[in-house]
Amino acid sequence: MSALARILVVDDEAQIRRFLRVALEAHAYAVFEAATGLEAVQKAATEDPHLIVLDLGLPDIDGKAVIAKVREWSQTPILVLSVRQAEAEKVEALDAGAQDYVVKPFGIKELLARIRSLLRDRSASEDAGVHAAVAIGNLHIDVAAHEVRKDGKPLKLTRKEFDVLWTLARHAGRIVTHKALLREVWGKAHEHDTQYLRVFIRQLRRKLDDDPASPRYIMNEPGVGYRLLEP
Amino acid sequence: MGPAPSSESRPEPDALLAEAGKEGRGRLKIFLGSAPGVGKTYAMLQAARTRAAEGTDVVVAIVETHGRQETERLLRNLSVLPRRSHFYRGRILHEMDLEALIERGPQIALIDELAHTNAPESRHEKRWQDVEDVLAAGIDVYTTLNIQHLESLNDIVARISGVRVRETVPDNVLELADEIELIDLPPEELIERLRQGKVYLHDQIARAIENFFSKGNLTALRELAMRVAADRVDAQMIAHMKSHAISGPWPTQDRVMVCINEAPVAKPLVRAAKRMADRARAPWLALNVVTSSRESLSEASKDRIAEALRLAEALGAEIASVNAGSDIAGEILEFARSRNVTRILIGRPRPRRMFASFTRETVAETLVRKGEDFEITLIAADQDEARKAAIRAGRVEVERDPRAYLAATGIVAFAAATAFVIERVFPVASLSLVFLTGVLVTATRFGLWPSLYAATVSFFTYNFFFTEPYRTFIMHRRDDILTLVLFYVASILAGNLAARLRNQAIAQRAIARRTASLYEFSRKLASAASFDDVVWTAVSNVGAILRCQTVALMPGAGDRLEISGAFPPLDELDARDHGAALWAWDHGEPAGRTTATLPSSNWLFLPLRTAQGTQGVLGIKPEDRRSLSPNDLRILDALGDQVAIAVERTRLVSDLQDSRILSETERLRSALLSSVSHDLRTPLVSIIGAASSLIEADEVLCSDGRRQLAETIREEGDRLNRYVQNLLDMTRLGYGALKLNRQPSDVRELVGAAVRQLGPELKRHTLILDVADDLPPVDVDPILMQQVFANVLDNAARYAPIGSNVTVTGATGGDALVIAVSDQGPGIPPADRERVFDMFYRVRAADGQRAGTGLGLAICKGIVDAHGGGIRAGPAVADGTGTRIEIRLPLAAGTKRSA
Repeated sequence: MSALARILVVDDEAQIRRFLRVALEAHAYAVFEAATGLEAVQKAATEDPHLIVLDLGLPDIDGKAVIAKVREWSQTPILVLSVRQAEAEKVEALDAGAQDYVVKPFGIKELLARIRSLLRDRSASEDAGVHAAVAIGNLHIDVAAHEVRKDGKPLKLTRKEFDVLWTLARHAGRIVTHKALLREVWGKAHEHDTQYLRVFIRQLRRKLDDDPASPRYIMNEPGVGYRLLEP
Repeated sequence: MGPAPSSESRPEPDALLAEAGKEGRGRLKIFLGSAPGVGKTYAMLQAARTRAAEGTDVVVAIVETHGRQETERLLRNLSVLPRRSHFYRGRILHEMDLEALIERGPQIALIDELAHTNAPESRHEKRWQDVEDVLAAGIDVYTTLNIQHLESLNDIVARISGVRVRETVPDNVLELADEIELIDLPPEELIERLRQGKVYLHDQIARAIENFFSKGNLTALRELAMRVAADRVDAQMIAHMKSHAISGPWPTQDRVMVCINEAPVAKPLVRAAKRMADRARAPWLALNVVTSSRESLSEASKDRIAEALRLAEALGAEIASVNAGSDIAGEILEFARSRNVTRILIGRPRPRRMFASFTRETVAETLVRKGEDFEITLIAADQDEARKAAIRAGRVEVERDPRAYLAATGIVAFAAATAFVIERVFPVASLSLVFLTGVLVTATRFGLWPSLYAATVSFFTYNFFFTEPYRTFIMHRRDDILTLVLFYVASILAGNLAARLRNQAIAQRAIARRTASLYEFSRKLASAASFDDVVWTAVSNVGAILRCQTVALMPGAGDRLEISGAFPPLDELDARDHGAALWAWDHGEPAGRTTATLPSSNWLFLPLRTAQGTQGVLGIKPEDRRSLSPNDLRILDALGDQVAIAVERTRLVSDLQDSRILSETERLRSALLSSVSHDLRTPLVSIIGAASSLIEADEVLCSDGRRQLAETIREEGDRLNRYVQNLLDMTRLGYGALKLNRQPSDVRELVGAAVRQLGPELKRHTLILDVADDLPPVDVDPILMQQVFANVLDNAARYAPIGSNVTVTGATGGDALVIAVSDQGPGIPPADRERVFDMFYRVRAADGQRAGTGLGLAICKGIVDAHGGGIRAGPAVADGTGTRIEIRLPLAAGTKRSA
């Protein structure tokens, strides 16, 4: 692994590319730019980035098409930039293979948090790790023991509750869409049963003593999915 | 806006239009001849050749050479338009191709035989109508005409020559001519030409050749032609003087009026009036006198009146009609005085039956007696026609229904039975009165003929049963004979009177019925609000009143005429009918059946005209092949007028609504502009100012100062972003493009997301979240609802003093969840509580508070309403201070359980 993580920034607005380059380079990332979808696909191959920051509204081909093309040969994490109106598009991009999204306009702090989360995942997978245990703040999740401890005290979770939490924990800091979560825990047949999820998340929050109005652990992204917050 | 220009300095628009119409019109030159064979066509072709030689574009639209070589020679080198072939009843008819001619658009078109009647299914019935179209297209026309084809001379020519020509041209066509050239040939030469076989003759004249081409006839016709041409010269002179404002001794204006009734002299009367008016150069009018017996007239009589009126109109008369009660002459005179009429023409009364001449004065006699201040002319009918007319007039419409006679027999039998009884009881009673009663009953119930029948039967019954010797038709006693004869006379007279009464009653009933149906129609039309309602009311009622199929055509998308309603429903008209409808629409005149334009159509189309222009076309098609009676046509006219006005009314209403919507849109647009220009610029001022300070004053700023400037940029940027979001949401709400992606959502989560979204905006206040964790979920679009909460919270933060509390509460209420956001601000005045949800509305506060776009709450209302919920504003505390925005949201299905 090279010293600097390489990030490909895809946006047709030169101003946004400039601001991202300045901000990201300040945080010690190597930045490459692409202004069109086709250029993005090309640079994704030639520059071998560790992460792609992709704007969905591109002048030539649609951002989702870029995701699909890149996903044909690469599992490079993709972070999508989108405007609020495009919830449906956002979900489609996530389902097409993007890992996470940030709503425009965004603060650099938020973006950096997402980028860090995605790049950590990269290094983690390079650890060839079967995650036996994960620690999120004062929360300890041990998959082998099937046990969750908060501040050292064990919590009593049902199997499904544990599965939900474990799925979120594996992607900690990243969005997990309703669909992905349902598929993972309940199977493909229940992909659209979001009301299950709502009930389980609610129970889980109660057991974790988490306030939905100002969550410390499980964050709701309306209409899209859930995210387990990092400490 | 400046003051309106004064009306005096502006020419009348109508006058301008008329002027413009004249400008673009072609000139008409008529080669007028006194008889066939004088060489009109030859003269026309020679004139055309001269013009062609001068370089004018001359086209022969249609010229009949009838195989004469000298004429055919003249046709050489002239461009000839191909004719159009019509197949009609196995024959091929060659007609002028009107469309091709107008398309070709030459400078001069040669159109022979102005009086020609076109093949059926042509655009117009007559060639002179074609010529009018050609002139209207701006093409000059050379044409030929024989004097006997002139409508007003038709009778005279018939009287001179003994030949009645059917193909006639209305006199005003002659008046349209800009130039008339009289083609003259002395009678001797014409007869010589005839002998040499140089004259082609129409069938009609060929049959009467001996009669027609006598020297006396030809001389008379020649004189007539010359007089017509001379009259024209006179008229042109007068027109010239008038148009050049040459003052002259103008005689006081004469005005001629002709009275028309169902008598067969009506048409000759009209022609006579036209001649009189022409000679006097006076305007003239034709008066249709409607009497109460009008309703009981036969269809044939009504047709005659209508024909006469049509003729009068074609001859340029103004048409008027008066309803007269018993005093017909009085009504006529009153009307004549009101219109400054000087001369009245009326038909000579027909020979009257004996007793009628004693009892009543004829209308003509009364007119002569009372109308001392008028010049009154009585016109006699044609001898032949008068005799026929007398026969027709003497014949009252015979009742043919056998049931009437059967009933009359029954009544007489009953009278006889009664007479028997009475004779037993009072032997001296005058039994004839019993029978007379029976006859009167018959007359009032069944009319004249059954009453005559009843009188006769009574006569014999009385004779048979009640006079000595009984049971024979023989009478011995003289007083019996006298009684019977008197009885017979009395019963016929009484029956006659009773029958007349009955006719009048029937007529009154018919008038009342029609008035009622017209009134009903106008009432229904007036109550029909929308355009579709009006059209439907119109077609269904016109159809019912006239017992016919009805269709209404109105301009639809792209101003194309399309069916907007029909009774019974109809999808489309065939090409011919549609063509007639289009013609009526384009020209604003009736077309189709019973008219001069496209009479082969099954439909009669009436333009729906108002002062604003033609609104559409109303078409009717009688159920069977019966032709429409003139009465029906008049009703149709009246109905059409009402429909036109109603259609116009709905158009005006919808125009008004459109303009109202437009002005509303205009108001919103200007509000939006001011919002964009002011409210959106405010955060930009802070952003640009802060950013430029960072750039320019980097060295002198302490790190805390830099941080503050950066925070300002960030906060103002967020604010700007929210404004833009609101504008976008409003646009989506306004265009109905808002799609709800509903899912069961927890209110606490939504409020939490809204609070996170607002970020620093809420930091200056204390947020108290009193929403239970276990409230049932609501069925909403989470993203839109997050925006609602963000807007309401933002609003609270903006108006409440810094450091005060903003409280959010939630509770179930019925099948809804009520979320309330309360602040400790100044509150909303009661009068404004509804209006805060209006777009771009802001409560004006005295001190300069932070500006908003005035969109936030309007968007909240739009979104909440779209969810089927409700939102309202009220005071937070009972004393009226503070603001409490209450939002009701529907619960998700299957979750209406208590916590």
